[in-house]
Amino acid sequence: MADNISVKDIIKPENLVHKRSSVMTDNIMHYCPGCGHGTTHQILAEVIEEMGIQQETIGITPVGCSVLMYNYLDIDMQEAAHGRAPALATAIKRLLPEKYVFTYQGDGDLAAIGTAETIHSCNRGENILIIFINNGIYGMTGGQMAPTTLEGMKSSTTPYGRDVKLMGNPLKITDIVATLPGTYYVTRQSVHKPGNVRKTKKAIRKAFEYQKHNKGTCFIEVVSNCPSGWKMTPVESNKWMEENMFPFYPLGDFKVPEE
Amino acid sequence: MAKLKGSIVFDIEKCKGCGVCVTACPTEVIAMASEVNSKGYNYAEAVNMDACTGCTNCAVVCPDGVITVYRVKI
Repeated sequence: MADNISVKDIIKPENLVHKRSSVMTDNIMHYCPGCGHGTTHQILAEVIEEMGIQQETIGITPVGCSVLMYNYLDIDMQEAAHGRAPALATAIKRLLPEKYVFTYQGDGDLAAIGTAETIHSCNRGENILIIFINNGIYGMTGGQMAPTTLEGMKSSTTPYGRDVKLMGNPLKITDIVATLPGTYYVTRQSVHKPGNVRKTKKAIRKAFEYQKHNKGTCFIEVVSNCPSGWKMTPVESNKWMEENMFPFYPLGDFKVPEE
Repeated sequence: MAKLKGSIVFDIEKCKGCGVCVTACPTEVIAMASEVNSKGYNYAEAVNMDACTGCTNCAVVCPDGVITVYRVKI
């Protein structure tokens, strides 16, 4: 008898196991279909909801695709000049030390124009969380080469692939900040598969817990896709990312505090 | 043995038809619809709801948070 339970009987509030976080607003996100930004927004909102810190969280939005992030998360947010999000986060955290402060930046923002701010904030050990979305390209402006673009990877400014003799080597900024004494927790994750999304969510949760205890800078890199910039379908881009991005940007923890 | 049975609901107007949920589903419940929503995307729909176990993989991986999951133990 139990096997023929109808869909109507299952769809009841008491059986709910997953829904869009209440910290997300009802606005439709402007991101391209399949973009990792959306998934990262969802898990960030879920962590904020689960920890009950919606009123105490201040986010800093970057310049890039996620510039309009303040339309999607129902928390206090501040827009920073290009690359200056860690500097602004430093100021906000020092003035309001009881708040949870995070920055959300792409690779064009954090690893290019904002390299100095990133490295110095991490070196000072500012008590903030930096979320770094790395898709190896400048997504918003039309897919130009970023410092994180892989060797041989095609972009609109490197139509024959990135030539390291001419354009230099891809920058592994997460490896660099992991060597600085100010950082407390440094990890690289992705959001293309359910398991990876759950791991990234745990990492964000951990980082907020560390911030609560004033441990130092937490840095989470999320290797993401850019279906439009890479000129692929979302599913193809996830596969391409696994085959090409992960060998160069291996997932895992770089710096884990000894408990 | 206790069996899990799930059901998923899509907010089709927010769906952008990326198809990531289709590859994330272990029991092949989801497929892309041939109809489009008001933005012109072929939205995702459940074609084989009987096989759904309510594992939440599709909802977790959805970039636009359009999937709501319900689950019962029978």
